[in-house]
Amino acid sequence: MEKLLGEFSLGLFILQSALFILLVFLLKKFAWKPILNAINEREEGIKDALASAEDARKEMENLNADNERILKEARAEREMMIKEARDLKTKLISDAKEEAKATADKMIVQAQEAIENEKKSAMAELKSQVASLSVEIAEKVVKDELSNKDKQFKIVEDMLGEATLN
Amino acid sequence: MLRLLAVFILAISFVGNASNVETSSDKSEGDTTDKSAERKEYIQHHLKDTHDFGITSYTNDAGEKVYIGFPLPVILWDGGLQVFSSSKFKHETAVAESGGNHYVIYHGMIYKTDAQGTINYDDHHHPTNVRPLDLSITKSVVMILVTGLLMLLLFRSLGRSYGKNGGVATGAGRFFEPIILYIRDDIAIPNIGKKHYKKYMSFLLTVFFFVWFLNIFGLTPLGVNVTGNIAITASLAILTFVITTFTAKKTYWKHIFWMPGVPVPMKIILAPIELLGMFIKPFSLLIRLYANMQAGHIVLMSLLALMYLFNSIIGSSLSFFLSFAISLIEVLVALLQAYIFTMLSALYFGFAVEEEH
Repeated sequence: MEKLLGEFSLGLFILQSALFILLVFLLKKFAWKPILNAINEREEGIKDALASAEDARKEMENLNADNERILKEARAEREMMIKEARDLKTKLISDAKEEAKATADKMIVQAQEAIENEKKSAMAELKSQVASLSVEIAEKVVKDELSNKDKQFKIVEDMLGEATLN
Repeated sequence: MLRLLAVFILAISFVGNASNVETSSDKSEGDTTDKSAERKEYIQHHLKDTHDFGITSYTNDAGEKVYIGFPLPVILWDGGLQVFSSSKFKHETAVAESGGNHYVIYHGMIYKTDAQGTINYDDHHHPTNVRPLDLSITKSVVMILVTGLLMLLLFRSLGRSYGKNGGVATGAGRFFEPIILYIRDDIAIPNIGKKHYKKYMSFLLTVFFFVWFLNIFGLTPLGVNVTGNIAITASLAILTFVITTFTAKKTYWKHIFWMPGVPVPMKIILAPIELLGMFIKPFSLLIRLYANMQAGHIVLMSLLALMYLFNSIIGSSLSFFLSFAISLIEVLVALLQAYIFTMLSALYFGFAVEEEH
Protein backbone atom coordinates (compact mmCIF):
# COMPACT_ATOMS: atom_id res chain seq x y z
CA MET A 1 0.00 0.00 0.00
CA GLU A 2 2.85 2.32 0.89
CA LYS A 3 4.56 1.44 -2.37
CA LEU A 4 1.34 2.17 -4.23
CA LEU A 5 1.05 5.57 -2.60
CA GLY A 6 4.72 6.21 -3.35
CA GLU A 7 4.08 5.53 -7.00
CA PHE A 8 1.04 7.75 -7.04
CA SER A 9 1.74 11.01 -8.82
CA LEU A 10 -0.85 13.67 -8.06
CA GLY A 11 0.19 15.72 -11.10
CA LEU A 12 -0.33 12.81 -13.44
CA PHE A 13 -3.66 12.10 -11.76
CA ILE A 14 -4.81 15.68 -12.32
CA LEU A 15 -3.61 15.75 -15.91
CA GLN A 16 -5.14 12.38 -16.68
CA SER A 17 -8.50 13.35 -15.15
CA ALA A 18 -8.59 16.65 -17.01
CA LEU A 19 -7.50 15.13 -20.31
CA PHE A 20 -9.87 12.21 -19.96
CA ILE A 21 -12.88 14.37 -19.15
CA LEU A 22 -11.97 16.60 -22.08
CA LEU A 23 -11.66 13.52 -24.27
CA VAL A 24 -15.07 12.24 -23.15
CA PHE A 25 -16.73 15.53 -24.04
CA LEU A 26 -14.90 15.96 -27.33
CA LEU A 27 -15.66 12.41 -28.37
CA LYS A 28 -19.25 12.80 -27.24
CA LYS A 29 -19.69 15.83 -29.45
CA PHE A 30 -17.71 14.71 -32.49
CA ALA A 31 -17.93 10.94 -32.43
CA TRP A 32 -20.27 9.09 -30.11
CA LYS A 33 -23.34 11.21 -30.75
CA PRO A 34 -23.13 11.05 -34.55
CA ILE A 35 -22.16 7.38 -34.48
CA LEU A 36 -24.91 6.29 -32.10
CA ASN A 37 -27.47 8.46 -33.86
CA ALA A 38 -26.48 7.02 -37.23
CA ILE A 39 -26.64 3.49 -35.87
CA ASN A 40 -30.00 4.18 -34.26
CA GLU A 41 -31.34 5.72 -37.42
CA ARG A 42 -30.13 2.79 -39.43
CA GLU A 43 -31.71 0.34 -37.01
CA GLU A 44 -34.98 2.26 -37.12
CA GLY A 45 -34.76 2.23 -40.90
CA ILE A 46 -34.24 -1.51 -40.93
CA LYS A 47 -37.12 -1.99 -38.51
CA ASP A 48 -39.38 0.21 -40.63
CA ALA A 49 -38.35 -1.56 -43.80
CA LEU A 50 -39.07 -4.92 -42.22
CA ALA A 51 -42.44 -3.72 -40.95
CA SER A 52 -43.42 -2.31 -44.32
CA ALA A 53 -42.29 -5.51 -46.01
CA GLU A 54 -44.47 -7.43 -43.60
CA ASP A 55 -47.37 -5.09 -44.36
CA ALA A 56 -46.85 -5.55 -48.06
CA ARG A 57 -46.79 -9.29 -47.59
CA LYS A 58 -50.04 -9.15 -45.62
CA GLU A 59 -51.64 -6.93 -48.23
CA MET A 60 -50.52 -9.32 -50.91
CA GLU A 61 -52.02 -12.16 -48.94
CA ASN A 62 -55.27 -10.23 -48.62
CA LEU A 63 -55.25 -9.50 -52.32
CA ASN A 64 -54.64 -13.13 -53.07
CA ALA A 65 -57.45 -14.13 -50.76
CA ASP A 66 -59.71 -11.58 -52.49
CA ASN A 67 -58.72 -12.91 -55.85
CA GLU A 68 -59.41 -16.40 -54.72
CA ARG A 69 -62.80 -15.36 -53.37
CA ILE A 70 -63.73 -13.49 -56.52
CA LEU A 71 -62.65 -16.41 -58.62
CA LYS A 72 -64.70 -18.74 -56.48
CA GLU A 73 -67.74 -16.50 -56.79
CA ALA A 74 -67.30 -16.25 -60.51
CA ARG A 75 -67.00 -19.96 -60.77
CA ALA A 76 -70.12 -20.44 -58.66
CA GLU A 77 -71.98 -17.93 -60.80
CA ARG A 78 -70.90 -19.67 -63.94
CA GLU A 79 -71.99 -22.97 -62.49
CA MET A 80 -75.36 -21.49 -61.63
CA MET A 81 -75.77 -19.95 -65.04
CA ILE A 82 -74.97 -23.20 -66.71
CA LYS A 83 -77.42 -24.97 -64.48
CA GLU A 84 -80.11 -22.40 -65.21
CA ALA A 85 -79.47 -22.70 -68.91
CA ARG A 86 -79.67 -26.43 -68.70
CA ASP A 87 -82.92 -26.23 -66.77
CA LEU A 88 -84.30 -23.76 -69.24
CA LYS A 89 -83.33 -26.01 -72.09
CA THR A 90 -85.03 -29.05 -70.62
CA LYS A 91 -88.07 -26.98 -69.77
CA LEU A 92 -88.25 -25.56 -73.24
CA ILE A 93 -87.91 -28.94 -74.78
CA SER A 94 -90.55 -30.44 -72.57
CA ASP A 95 -92.85 -27.51 -73.14
CA ALA A 96 -92.41 -27.81 -76.85
CA LYS A 97 -93.00 -31.51 -76.68
CA GLU A 98 -96.19 -31.05 -74.70
CA GLU A 99 -97.45 -28.39 -77.01
CA ALA A 100 -96.70 -30.51 -80.02
CA LYS A 101 -98.41 -33.42 -78.42
CA ALA A 102 -101.45 -31.34 -77.58
CA THR A 103 -101.63 -30.00 -81.10
CA ALA A 104 -101.20 -33.44 -82.56
CA ASP A 105 -103.94 -34.79 -80.29
CA LYS A 106 -106.22 -32.00 -81.29
CA MET A 107 -105.51 -32.62 -84.93
CA ILE A 108 -106.12 -36.32 -84.50
CA VAL A 109 -109.42 -35.62 -82.80
CA GLN A 110 -110.41 -33.26 -85.55
CA ALA A 111 -109.36 -35.74 -88.17
CA GLN A 112 -111.34 -38.46 -86.48
CA GLU A 113 -114.37 -36.19 -86.33
CA ALA A 114 -113.97 -35.29 -89.96
CA ILE A 115 -113.60 -38.97 -90.85
CA GLU A 116 -116.68 -39.79 -88.85
CA ASN A 117 -118.68 -37.05 -90.58
CA GLU A 118 -117.44 -38.12 -93.97
CA LYS A 119 -118.27 -41.68 -93.09
CA LYS A 120 -121.73 -40.70 -92.00
CA SER A 121 -122.42 -38.67 -95.09
CA ALA A 122 -120.94 -41.38 -97.25
CA MET A 123 -123.15 -43.96 -95.57
CA ALA A 124 -126.18 -41.80 -96.05
CA GLU A 125 -125.37 -41.33 -99.66
CA LEU A 126 -124.63 -44.98 -100.03
CA LYS A 127 -127.96 -45.81 -98.39
CA SER A 128 -129.86 -43.56 -100.74
CA GLN A 129 -127.92 -44.89 -103.69
CA VAL A 130 -128.47 -48.47 -102.53
CA ALA A 131 -132.20 -47.77 -102.17
CA SER A 132 -132.55 -46.25 -105.59
CA LEU A 133 -130.33 -48.91 -107.06
CA SER A 134 -132.35 -51.64 -105.38
CA VAL A 135 -135.55 -50.04 -106.59
CA GLU A 136 -134.14 -49.89 -110.08
CA ILE A 137 -132.88 -53.39 -109.83
CA ALA A 138 -136.11 -54.53 -108.47
CA GLU A 139 -137.90 -52.66 -111.20
CA LYS A 140 -135.71 -54.25 -113.86
CA VAL A 141 -135.92 -57.69 -112.31
CA VAL A 142 -139.59 -57.46 -111.97
CA LYS A 143 -139.88 -56.13 -115.45
CA ASP A 144 -137.63 -58.86 -116.74
CA GLU A 145 -139.38 -61.56 -114.75
CA LEU A 146 -142.67 -60.46 -115.85
CA SER A 147 -141.69 -60.39 -119.47
CA ASN A 148 -140.87 -64.11 -119.45
CA LYS A 149 -144.42 -65.70 -119.51
CA ASP A 150 -143.37 -69.25 -119.74
CA LYS A 151 -141.27 -69.06 -116.73
CA GLN A 152 -144.00 -67.26 -114.82
CA PHE A 153 -146.33 -69.89 -115.62
CA LYS A 154 -143.94 -72.53 -114.66
CA ILE A 155 -143.43 -70.89 -111.25
CA VAL A 156 -147.08 -70.54 -110.80
CA GLU A 157 -147.53 -74.21 -111.72
CA ASP A 158 -144.72 -75.25 -109.33
CA MET A 159 -146.28 -73.29 -106.58
CA LEU A 160 -149.63 -74.62 -107.29
CA GLY A 161 -148.17 -78.16 -107.32
CA GLU A 162 -146.75 -77.62 -103.85
CA ALA A 163 -149.96 -76.08 -102.72
CA THR A 164 -151.85 -79.33 -103.58
CA LEU A 165 -149.81 -81.24 -101.18
CA ASN A 166 -151.02 -79.33 -98.17
CA MET B 1 13.63 -38.37 -38.22
CA LEU B 2 12.53 -37.44 -34.71
CA ARG B 3 15.59 -39.12 -33.26
CA LEU B 4 17.83 -37.23 -35.61
CA LEU B 5 16.22 -34.00 -34.55
CA ALA B 6 16.67 -34.87 -30.89
CA VAL B 7 20.35 -35.63 -31.41
CA PHE B 8 20.74 -32.38 -33.28
CA ILE B 9 19.12 -30.38 -30.50
CA LEU B 10 21.22 -32.14 -27.87
CA ALA B 11 24.39 -31.40 -29.80
CA ILE B 12 23.49 -27.75 -30.07
CA SER B 13 22.65 -27.55 -26.41
CA PHE B 14 26.05 -28.95 -25.54
CA VAL B 15 27.74 -26.40 -27.71
CA GLY B 16 25.62 -23.75 -26.09
CA ASN B 17 26.43 -24.98 -22.61
CA ALA B 18 30.09 -25.16 -23.40
CA SER B 19 30.18 -21.61 -24.57
CA ASN B 20 28.15 -20.61 -21.55
CA VAL B 21 30.67 -22.18 -19.23
CA GLU B 22 33.46 -20.46 -21.07
CA THR B 23 31.93 -17.05 -20.85
CA SER B 24 30.70 -17.30 -17.32
CA SER B 25 33.96 -18.67 -16.02
CA ASP B 26 35.77 -15.45 -16.59
CA LYS B 27 33.07 -13.45 -14.83
CA SER B 28 33.28 -12.81 -11.17
CA GLU B 29 30.52 -13.68 -8.75
CA GLY B 30 29.85 -10.03 -8.00
CA ASP B 31 29.40 -9.26 -11.65
CA THR B 32 26.40 -11.62 -12.02
CA THR B 33 24.65 -10.24 -8.95
CA ASP B 34 25.32 -6.78 -10.32
CA LYS B 35 23.75 -7.83 -13.57
CA SER B 36 20.61 -9.26 -11.94
CA ALA B 37 20.26 -6.15 -9.79
CA GLU B 38 20.66 -4.09 -12.93
CA ARG B 39 17.95 -6.10 -14.67
CA LYS B 40 15.64 -5.68 -11.72
CA GLU B 41 16.33 -1.97 -11.73
CA TYR B 42 15.74 -1.86 -15.48
CA ILE B 43 12.36 -3.60 -15.17
CA GLN B 44 11.37 -1.36 -12.27
CA HIS B 45 12.39 1.66 -14.25
CA HIS B 46 10.46 0.56 -17.29
CA LEU B 47 7.26 0.17 -15.30
CA LYS B 48 7.47 3.75 -14.08
CA ASP B 49 6.45 6.92 -15.75
CA THR B 50 9.42 8.96 -17.00
CA HIS B 51 10.03 12.60 -17.70
CA ASP B 52 11.70 12.00 -21.05
CA PHE B 53 10.55 9.83 -23.94
CA GLY B 54 13.30 7.23 -23.99
CA ILE B 55 13.04 4.61 -26.68
CA THR B 56 16.24 2.73 -25.95
CA SER B 57 19.71 3.19 -24.55
CA TYR B 58 23.03 1.43 -24.98
CA THR B 59 26.63 1.76 -23.86
CA ASN B 60 28.99 2.72 -26.67
CA ASP B 61 32.59 1.59 -27.13
CA ALA B 62 33.87 4.48 -25.09
CA GLY B 63 31.80 3.23 -22.14
CA GLU B 64 29.33 6.11 -22.27
CA LYS B 65 25.60 5.56 -22.09
CA VAL B 66 23.84 6.71 -25.23
CA TYR B 67 20.14 7.43 -25.01
CA ILE B 68 17.80 7.38 -27.98
CA GLY B 69 14.69 9.39 -27.38
CA PHE B 70 13.70 12.97 -26.77
CA PRO B 71 13.23 15.15 -23.71
CA LEU B 72 9.79 16.30 -22.60
CA PRO B 73 8.75 19.50 -20.88
CA VAL B 74 8.74 19.47 -17.10
CA ILE B 75 5.99 21.58 -15.53
CA LEU B 76 6.13 22.04 -11.76
CA TRP B 77 3.94 24.03 -9.42
CA ASP B 78 6.29 25.08 -6.65
CA GLY B 79 5.26 28.47 -5.40
CA GLY B 80 4.91 29.46 -9.01
CA LEU B 81 5.01 27.72 -12.34
CA GLN B 82 8.38 26.19 -13.24
CA VAL B 83 8.71 25.05 -16.83
CA PHE B 84 11.92 23.58 -18.21
CA SER B 85 13.08 20.75 -20.42
CA SER B 86 13.66 17.34 -18.88
CA SER B 87 17.06 17.28 -20.61
CA LYS B 88 18.24 19.32 -17.62
CA PHE B 89 18.04 16.19 -15.49
CA LYS B 90 20.48 14.46 -17.88
CA HIS B 91 18.54 11.19 -17.69
CA GLU B 92 17.82 11.41 -14.00
CA THR B 93 21.47 11.79 -13.07
CA ALA B 94 21.81 15.56 -12.67
CA VAL B 95 20.31 18.26 -10.50
CA ALA B 96 18.03 20.57 -12.49
CA GLU B 97 17.87 24.24 -11.61
CA SER B 98 14.84 26.38 -12.37
CA GLY B 99 13.89 29.72 -10.93
CA GLY B 100 16.38 29.39 -8.09
CA ASN B 101 15.02 25.97 -7.03
CA HIS B 102 16.85 22.68 -7.46
CA TYR B 103 15.19 19.40 -8.34
CA VAL B 104 16.25 15.81 -8.74
CA ILE B 105 14.42 12.75 -9.98
CA TYR B 106 14.46 9.83 -7.59
CA HIS B 107 12.53 6.66 -8.55
CA GLY B 108 10.65 8.55 -11.20
CA MET B 109 9.49 11.31 -8.86
CA ILE B 110 10.71 14.88 -8.77
CA TYR B 111 11.98 16.08 -5.37
CA LYS B 112 13.04 19.54 -4.34
CA THR B 113 16.62 19.56 -3.09
CA ASP B 114 19.48 21.91 -2.39
CA ALA B 115 22.03 22.81 -5.03
CA GLN B 116 23.96 19.57 -4.47
CA GLY B 117 20.87 17.40 -4.93
CA THR B 118 20.97 15.88 -1.43
CA ILE B 119 18.07 13.60 -0.61
CA ASN B 120 17.26 13.02 3.04
CA TYR B 121 15.79 9.67 3.96
CA ASP B 122 13.63 8.59 6.86
CA ASP B 123 13.97 5.28 8.75
CA HIS B 124 12.25 3.32 5.95
CA HIS B 125 14.57 4.74 3.31
CA HIS B 126 11.84 7.02 1.97
CA PRO B 127 12.88 10.48 0.86
CA THR B 128 11.63 13.24 3.14
CA ASN B 129 12.24 16.00 0.60
CA VAL B 130 9.33 18.07 -0.65
CA ARG B 131 7.57 16.75 -3.75
CA PRO B 132 6.30 19.70 -5.78
CA LEU B 133 3.09 19.28 -7.77
CA ASP B 134 4.38 17.69 -10.94
CA LEU B 135 2.21 18.58 -13.94
CA SER B 136 4.93 17.59 -16.42
CA ILE B 137 4.18 16.24 -19.85
CA THR B 138 5.61 12.85 -18.98
CA LYS B 139 5.81 9.82 -21.21
CA SER B 140 2.37 8.72 -19.95
CA VAL B 141 0.85 12.13 -20.65
CA VAL B 142 2.31 12.03 -24.16
CA MET B 143 0.74 8.62 -24.71
CA ILE B 144 -2.58 9.84 -23.29
CA LEU B 145 -2.49 12.76 -25.71
CA VAL B 146 -1.53 10.49 -28.61
CA THR B 147 -4.29 8.03 -27.74
CA GLY B 148 -6.81 10.82 -27.31
CA LEU B 149 -5.87 12.29 -30.65
CA LEU B 150 -5.99 8.89 -32.31
CA MET B 151 -9.44 8.22 -30.86
CA LEU B 152 -10.69 11.63 -31.92
CA LEU B 153 -9.48 11.15 -35.47
CA LEU B 154 -10.65 7.57 -35.72
CA PHE B 155 -14.12 7.98 -34.30
CA ARG B 156 -14.73 11.38 -35.82
CA SER B 157 -14.05 9.93 -39.25
CA LEU B 158 -16.33 7.00 -38.39
CA GLY B 159 -19.05 9.41 -37.29
CA ARG B 160 -18.67 11.39 -40.48
CA SER B 161 -18.65 8.38 -42.76
CA TYR B 162 -22.26 7.60 -41.84
CA GLY B 163 -23.51 10.88 -43.20
CA LYS B 164 -21.52 10.57 -46.39
CA ASN B 165 -22.49 7.02 -47.19
CA GLY B 166 -26.13 6.96 -46.26
CA GLY B 167 -25.79 5.28 -42.87
CA VAL B 168 -23.06 2.79 -43.79
CA ALA B 169 -19.68 3.04 -42.10
CA THR B 170 -16.54 3.10 -44.20
CA GLY B 171 -12.84 3.27 -43.57
CA ALA B 172 -10.85 2.10 -40.58
CA GLY B 173 -13.63 3.07 -38.20
CA ARG B 174 -15.72 0.31 -39.69
CA PHE B 175 -13.78 -2.21 -37.65
CA PHE B 176 -14.88 -0.47 -34.46
CA GLU B 177 -18.58 -0.21 -35.27
CA PRO B 178 -19.37 -3.76 -34.10
CA ILE B 179 -17.43 -3.09 -30.90
CA ILE B 180 -19.43 0.09 -30.28
CA LEU B 181 -22.59 -1.90 -30.92
CA TYR B 182 -21.38 -4.63 -28.59
CA ILE B 183 -20.75 -2.11 -25.81
CA ARG B 184 -24.21 -0.66 -26.32
CA ASP B 185 -26.14 -3.92 -26.70
CA ASP B 186 -24.23 -6.28 -24.43
CA ILE B 187 -22.67 -4.04 -21.80
CA ALA B 188 -24.72 -0.86 -21.41
CA ILE B 189 -28.30 -1.96 -22.09
CA PRO B 190 -28.34 -5.22 -20.05
CA ASN B 191 -26.61 -3.62 -17.06
CA ILE B 192 -28.12 -0.14 -17.00
CA GLY B 193 -31.42 -0.70 -18.73
CA LYS B 194 -32.96 0.74 -21.85
CA LYS B 195 -34.28 3.82 -20.09
CA HIS B 196 -31.08 5.30 -18.69
CA TYR B 197 -28.20 3.81 -20.67
CA LYS B 198 -27.90 6.70 -23.12
CA LYS B 199 -26.37 9.19 -20.72
CA TYR B 200 -23.59 6.77 -19.77
CA MET B 201 -22.69 5.69 -23.29
CA SER B 202 -20.11 8.42 -23.89
CA PHE B 203 -18.18 7.54 -20.76
CA LEU B 204 -18.37 3.79 -21.33
CA LEU B 205 -17.27 3.99 -24.95
CA THR B 206 -14.46 6.41 -24.17
CA VAL B 207 -13.19 4.42 -21.21
CA PHE B 208 -13.27 1.17 -23.15
CA PHE B 209 -11.31 2.40 -26.15
CA PHE B 210 -9.02 4.52 -24.00
CA VAL B 211 -8.03 1.60 -21.79
CA TRP B 212 -7.83 -0.82 -24.70
CA PHE B 213 -5.68 1.41 -26.86
CA LEU B 214 -3.35 2.29 -24.00
CA ASN B 215 -3.06 -1.38 -23.03
CA ILE B 216 -2.10 -2.19 -26.60
CA PHE B 217 0.38 0.70 -26.70
CA GLY B 218 1.89 -0.77 -23.54
CA LEU B 219 2.70 -3.93 -25.51
CA THR B 220 4.56 -2.08 -28.24
CA PRO B 221 8.36 -1.73 -28.01
CA LEU B 222 7.73 1.89 -26.99
CA GLY B 223 7.17 0.35 -23.60
CA VAL B 224 4.71 2.78 -22.18
CA ASN B 225 3.01 1.36 -19.13
CA VAL B 226 0.22 3.92 -18.90
CA THR B 227 -2.67 1.73 -17.72
CA GLY B 228 -0.27 0.10 -15.27
CA ASN B 229 0.14 3.41 -13.53
CA ILE B 230 -1.90 3.78 -10.39
CA ALA B 231 -2.60 7.48 -10.96
CA ILE B 232 -4.26 6.68 -14.29
CA THR B 233 -6.40 3.80 -13.06
CA ALA B 234 -7.29 5.79 -9.95
CA SER B 235 -8.45 8.66 -12.11
CA LEU B 236 -10.62 6.37 -14.22
CA ALA B 237 -12.07 4.55 -11.23
CA ILE B 238 -12.78 7.79 -9.38
CA LEU B 239 -14.62 9.08 -12.45
CA THR B 240 -16.76 5.94 -12.38
CA PHE B 241 -17.36 6.50 -8.67
CA VAL B 242 -18.23 10.17 -9.16
CA ILE B 243 -20.63 9.41 -12.01
CA THR B 244 -22.25 6.60 -10.01
CA THR B 245 -22.67 8.79 -6.94
CA PHE B 246 -23.98 11.84 -8.74
CA THR B 247 -26.45 10.05 -10.98
CA ALA B 248 -27.66 7.71 -8.24
CA LYS B 249 -31.40 7.55 -7.69
CA LYS B 250 -33.33 7.11 -4.46
CA THR B 251 -33.26 3.30 -4.64
CA TYR B 252 -29.45 3.30 -4.68
CA TRP B 253 -29.19 5.23 -1.44
CA LYS B 254 -31.99 3.22 0.08
CA HIS B 255 -30.10 0.01 -0.69
CA ILE B 256 -27.02 1.41 1.03
CA PHE B 257 -28.48 2.96 4.18
CA TRP B 258 -31.75 1.13 4.73
CA MET B 259 -31.73 -2.17 2.85
CA PRO B 260 -35.34 -3.03 2.01
CA GLY B 261 -36.72 -6.48 2.65
CA VAL B 262 -34.59 -7.43 5.67
CA PRO B 263 -35.31 -7.14 9.40
CA VAL B 264 -34.29 -3.95 11.21
CA PRO B 265 -31.19 -5.34 13.03
CA MET B 266 -29.93 -6.60 9.67
CA LYS B 267 -30.52 -3.16 8.19
CA ILE B 268 -28.28 -1.66 10.86
CA ILE B 269 -25.54 -4.24 10.27
CA LEU B 270 -25.77 -3.95 6.48
CA ALA B 271 -25.60 -0.17 6.31
CA PRO B 272 -21.87 0.21 7.14
CA ILE B 273 -21.00 -2.78 4.96
CA GLU B 274 -22.88 -1.31 2.03
CA LEU B 275 -21.35 2.09 2.68
CA LEU B 276 -17.91 0.51 2.61
CA GLY B 277 -18.86 -1.39 -0.54
CA MET B 278 -19.66 1.89 -2.22
CA PHE B 279 -15.96 2.78 -2.00
CA ILE B 280 -14.56 -0.71 -2.40
CA LYS B 281 -16.21 -1.14 -5.78
CA PRO B 282 -14.28 1.64 -7.55
CA PHE B 283 -11.19 0.75 -5.53
CA SER B 284 -11.31 -2.81 -6.87
CA LEU B 285 -11.65 -1.32 -10.35
CA LEU B 286 -8.50 0.72 -10.00
CA ILE B 287 -6.46 -2.06 -8.40
CA ARG B 288 -7.63 -4.68 -10.91
CA LEU B 289 -6.58 -2.72 -13.98
CA TYR B 290 -3.36 -1.50 -12.39
CA ALA B 291 -2.32 -4.91 -11.09
CA ASN B 292 -3.16 -6.74 -14.30
CA MET B 293 -1.21 -4.42 -16.53
CA GLN B 294 1.66 -4.10 -14.09
CA ALA B 295 1.87 -7.87 -13.63
CA GLY B 296 1.72 -8.49 -17.36
CA HIS B 297 4.62 -6.14 -17.94
CA ILE B 298 6.66 -7.62 -15.10
CA VAL B 299 6.13 -11.19 -16.36
CA LEU B 300 6.95 -10.24 -19.92
CA MET B 301 10.08 -8.35 -18.98
CA SER B 302 11.21 -11.01 -16.55
CA LEU B 303 10.93 -13.63 -19.27
CA LEU B 304 12.92 -11.42 -21.60
CA ALA B 305 15.50 -10.93 -18.88
CA LEU B 306 15.63 -14.71 -18.46
CA MET B 307 16.93 -14.91 -22.02
CA TYR B 308 20.04 -13.10 -20.90
CA LEU B 309 20.22 -14.98 -17.64
CA PHE B 310 20.17 -18.41 -19.32
CA ASN B 311 22.61 -17.26 -21.95
CA SER B 312 22.23 -20.60 -23.77
CA ILE B 313 20.52 -21.36 -27.02
CA ILE B 314 18.00 -23.78 -25.45
CA GLY B 315 17.12 -21.77 -22.39
CA SER B 316 17.06 -18.49 -24.20
CA SER B 317 14.99 -19.71 -27.12
CA LEU B 318 12.63 -21.41 -24.69
CA SER B 319 12.36 -18.18 -22.78
CA PHE B 320 11.86 -16.33 -26.03
CA PHE B 321 8.96 -18.54 -27.06
CA LEU B 322 7.51 -18.30 -23.59
CA SER B 323 7.64 -14.53 -23.70
CA PHE B 324 6.14 -14.68 -27.18
CA ALA B 325 3.26 -16.78 -25.85
CA ILE B 326 2.83 -14.42 -22.90
CA SER B 327 2.76 -11.47 -25.32
CA LEU B 328 -0.11 -13.12 -27.16
CA ILE B 329 -1.91 -13.64 -23.88
CA GLU B 330 -1.19 -10.02 -23.00
CA VAL B 331 -2.93 -8.93 -26.20
CA LEU B 332 -5.98 -10.80 -24.96
CA VAL B 333 -5.58 -9.39 -21.47
CA ALA B 334 -5.39 -5.87 -22.94
CA LEU B 335 -8.85 -6.34 -24.45
CA LEU B 336 -10.18 -8.28 -21.49
CA GLN B 337 -9.20 -5.65 -18.93
CA ALA B 338 -10.75 -2.89 -21.03
CA TYR B 339 -13.90 -5.01 -21.26
CA ILE B 340 -13.96 -5.76 -17.53
CA PHE B 341 -13.45 -2.11 -16.61
CA THR B 342 -16.27 -1.03 -18.92
CA MET B 343 -18.51 -3.89 -17.85
CA LEU B 344 -18.09 -3.20 -14.13
CA SER B 345 -18.54 0.54 -14.62
CA ALA B 346 -21.77 -0.20 -16.46
CA LEU B 347 -22.80 -2.53 -13.64
CA TYR B 348 -22.21 0.17 -11.03
CA PHE B 349 -24.13 2.70 -13.12
CA GLY B 350 -26.87 0.11 -13.31
CA PHE B 351 -27.01 -0.02 -9.50
CA ALA B 352 -27.19 3.76 -9.41
CA VAL B 353 -30.22 4.07 -11.66
CA GLU B 354 -32.01 0.91 -10.57
CA GLU B 355 -35.73 1.43 -10.25
CA GLU B 356 -37.72 0.40 -7.19
CA HIS B 357 -38.91 -3.16 -7.57
